[in-house]
Amino acid sequence: MSDPMAEIRASFFIECEELLEALQDGLQTMYDGEGDGETVNIVFRAVHSIKGGAGAFGLDGLVSFAHRFETALDEVRGGRLDADANVLKLFFTCNDILGDLVRESRDGVEHDQSRIDPVLAELDALLGGTPAEADEPDEPIEFEVTSLDFDLDLGAAETDETEDAGDPVWAVKFQPSAMLYANGNEPLFLFRALRDLGALTVTCLDNDLPPLADLDCEHAHIGWDMRLATSEDRAAIAEAFDFVEGLCTLDIDQIGGDLAIPDLPDLSDLSDGSDDAPLDAAAGTEVVTRAEPEPAPAAEVAPAPTPPPVSPKLEDAVAPAKDKPSVASAAPPSTPRATVRVDLDRIDRLVNLVGEIVINQAMLSQSVEAAGIPPNSPVRTGLEEFQQLTRDIQESVMMIRAQPVKSLFQRMSRIVREASADIGKDVRLRTEGENTEVDKTVIERLADPLTHMIRNAVDHGLEQNAVRESAGKQREGTVYLTALHRSGRVVIEVADDGAGINRPKVLKKAIEKELVPADSQLTDGEIDNLLFLPGFSTADEISNLSGRGVGMDVVRSSIQALGGRISIQSEPGKGTTFSISLPLTLAVLDGMVVRVAGETLVVPLNAIFETLAVTQDDLRAFGPSTHVINIRDSFVPLIDLGAELGYRRPLDDYSGGVVLLIGQEDGLSAAVVVDAIEDQRQVVIKGLQESYGRVPGIAAATILGDGQIALILDPIDLIAQASGLTKVSAPAPAQIAKPKDVVNGARS
Amino acid sequence: MTDPDKTPDKSTDGSAREYLSFLVGGQDYCVDIMQVREIRGGAKATTLPHSPSYMIGVINLRGTVLPIMDLAGRLELGAETDTERNVIIVVATGERVVGLMVDAVSDILAISEGDLQPPPDLPADQQRSFVSALTIMENRMIRVLDLGAVVPHSDEEAA
Amino acid sequence: MTMQVLAVDDSRTMRDMVRLALNAEGIETHLAEDGIHGLEVLDEMNPPDAIITDINMPRMDGFGFIDAVRSREEYRSIPILVLTTESAAEMKNRAREAGATGWIVKPFDPAKLVKAVRMVAG
Repeated sequence: MSDPMAEIRASFFIECEELLEALQDGLQTMYDGEGDGETVNIVFRAVHSIKGGAGAFGLDGLVSFAHRFETALDEVRGGRLDADANVLKLFFTCNDILGDLVRESRDGVEHDQSRIDPVLAELDALLGGTPAEADEPDEPIEFEVTSLDFDLDLGAAETDETEDAGDPVWAVKFQPSAMLYANGNEPLFLFRALRDLGALTVTCLDNDLPPLADLDCEHAHIGWDMRLATSEDRAAIAEAFDFVEGLCTLDIDQIGGDLAIPDLPDLSDLSDGSDDAPLDAAAGTEVVTRAEPEPAPAAEVAPAPTPPPVSPKLEDAVAPAKDKPSVASAAPPSTPRATVRVDLDRIDRLVNLVGEIVINQAMLSQSVEAAGIPPNSPVRTGLEEFQQLTRDIQESVMMIRAQPVKSLFQRMSRIVREASADIGKDVRLRTEGENTEVDKTVIERLADPLTHMIRNAVDHGLEQNAVRESAGKQREGTVYLTALHRSGRVVIEVADDGAGINRPKVLKKAIEKELVPADSQLTDGEIDNLLFLPGFSTADEISNLSGRGVGMDVVRSSIQALGGRISIQSEPGKGTTFSISLPLTLAVLDGMVVRVAGETLVVPLNAIFETLAVTQDDLRAFGPSTHVINIRDSFVPLIDLGAELGYRRPLDDYSGGVVLLIGQEDGLSAAVVVDAIEDQRQVVIKGLQESYGRVPGIAAATILGDGQIALILDPIDLIAQASGLTKVSAPAPAQIAKPKDVVNGARS
Repeated sequence: MTDPDKTPDKSTDGSAREYLSFLVGGQDYCVDIMQVREIRGGAKATTLPHSPSYMIGVINLRGTVLPIMDLAGRLELGAETDTERNVIIVVATGERVVGLMVDAVSDILAISEGDLQPPPDLPADQQRSFVSALTIMENRMIRVLDLGAVVPHSDEEAA
Repeated sequence: MTMQVLAVDDSRTMRDMVRLALNAEGIETHLAEDGIHGLEVLDEMNPPDAIITDINMPRMDGFGFIDAVRSREEYRSIPILVLTTESAAEMKNRAREAGATGWIVKPFDPAKLVKAVRMVAG
């Protein structure tokens, strides 16, 4: 362990995230009216544990807020406060602030008190006007922040001033009750604690001892008289009896300023007394008392200048007293959770290695085939089994990187709360499929686009409260956030039950911004897709929420960068649904292997709408060196991939070639012409960036079955980068394409 | 990946260091053997679009994507290298690993510090910046390649 | 002989803190996450010299745990320290009624924790 405190601190913040998750879950359950007593307990415990840990690390701000939050939760737990919707909303806010405080504490960032104070005031108001002040004086004591010092040096402080012969002498009379033993207390240890304070002598008071025959095992018979010379005050002496207060009779009196006390009992007398002590129920006690007097005289004669050592003899005496078997074979410390924390780097290395296996195996299959080995031979069969195993291993390894989308969804629930509060709409977020697992990186990179979409739904999707009511809808709007697996991909939907897309308005705006020709006749789907056009959402609609300089075009680019697709459905008066479909992993990709000018390339399948054979009749010159292709009465710009990538000069005749209709759902597409389609398969993605650098129009590389490297196309970048040779210059023709039809055609 | 058995380490005996010498465009060059990862035969490379003419492309080096550079082209020696027949020296400089395509590998030379001389100051000559030192061996002039200068940075290529 | 302590707390951080404080003193520390788990661990190990337990825990809280420990003959005399954030007398009384030997107020100073353990278990 390099720095155990730093490690515990780090693990505390990880635990905090788990606790915050449990807290939010619990609050949501309560909000949904599905909570019970245990839910409240879970919520309470989460805050309580955060407070406890925060106290240990001296995180004052976090402690004091958690304490106030906890106090309110305790009221609910105790049935003194009804957790209605309003209370829960406040608790959600507290939950958000608590999360902020945790992260700020972790990152050493200053807390924003101006955010905290109003919430605290609300909490106070909630607790029946209990003013914060009433609670305040208690806190410094209860939550005294202790600085942690792991160089344990017990006793050093206590002994500093004990050497003085002139220390006041105290008479301590101590008579335990049976209850003291029942609770597991051990007088010996109390004496030891006293001895740490100064010179101690102990006399056993066995006068009450009945004859052995009458001994009541449930009764404590023995008491002690002690003399303690110490510079410490009464409180320090009493502190040693802290645990047994009320379980004994205890008198502490100062009797003099000197250790030499005339009426000090004879020590031999003392040991005699305890020798006779019969054993009772708390057997250990008696054995211990016998041992105790031995160190006492030593202390009496010469108070130790160093921390009082625990004599080996005492240790010996204690062990049999506890009557426990020797602890030779210690059970291994029990591990709290059956999980292993692994460095992400290690997993990525594994992912890479499995990628190698996949490639190697493809190469092996190719060689076996080339060697002319017949299909049913043992080699072929074995190879097929190997292939199946490889796929299984690959899937399992990918799953290691997978995480439930829950944490992401929880962040969104906060976005909804904040966004709805900002614009005064009542909004409820309903989530489903929180346990759906997606690659960690995908989750991380989904946060921004999803945040934007959620804000959009609250801001633009849902109507104002009054509008909803007058439309006969529930006053409270709902945003649905759903995750599910569908045919090897993850689908995430953001839906609202708002007014749906106002298509006439969207079209009007697109025409005003000259994004589409004024006389455009667009289908509903086409109009909806206009939302994804760059430049559609601009300044005049920037509200506090969604207008943060990014539009849906940016959202779409982010999704596409993850190998995903986004689509939109809307029904007037009913609401709007955005669907994001994502690959399960970023390590492999479904691609179409194509050939152009003697080179092999991979085009991501998710970018291809449709493939068509080219006939020269479909081509039209458009500008000096640009062609467009007529696809079902729409003209789409043609990109000669071979020319675009510099493999060859543009051809005069593209007949016999194949066109891949690629691009985006809104119609900003292009027809990429290649020589032939070779295959459709899953490929392992190899970064090009780190080994070489960025190549325009190219996303990454992969290794094919023949061992050759093939480049993976970045279709969106390709369209954007399209050079003068096949430039997609005029936006007009691009928009005329009928994307909806094309999309439908592509997936048949 | 450097095989210590093939290239006995003499660098500890004081001033002499080992260099791998090779022929490119009919001239003798060498690189510090510590920078050489391996030597392999030529392979068909995948062309990189929009890359400088001296970039032959990328090949599969045991699962990693290795960029291959035509050294003669990079040094502007004019000679066209036959990419299918030649030798690739895989070198590492900083974080980057690249393959240098050369005509042939010649020898492993132990050159002591004292035998190295600074390259002549020929400002007009482009080659100057790729050579860090010179030495004469058996009447041949051998140039020590400055790999840091030969291997471009990734942002240079991205343009 | 190495002293052994069983620490029961649902907070991983707290468990780690307790373990760290005690290990620094050469005290072997066994950990459990709640009362039920605590009883399981207790049965798997040699009887510890002391038990430290949190109160507020899922499944079985600290009071229930202490009660269960005390009801077993072999564990009757094991000192039990309660970890609590409340220093209120009421809490002490409840802890004591449940059979606790002493208490440690959170957040604890490691030295105080060790001192408390030594106070009840040597």
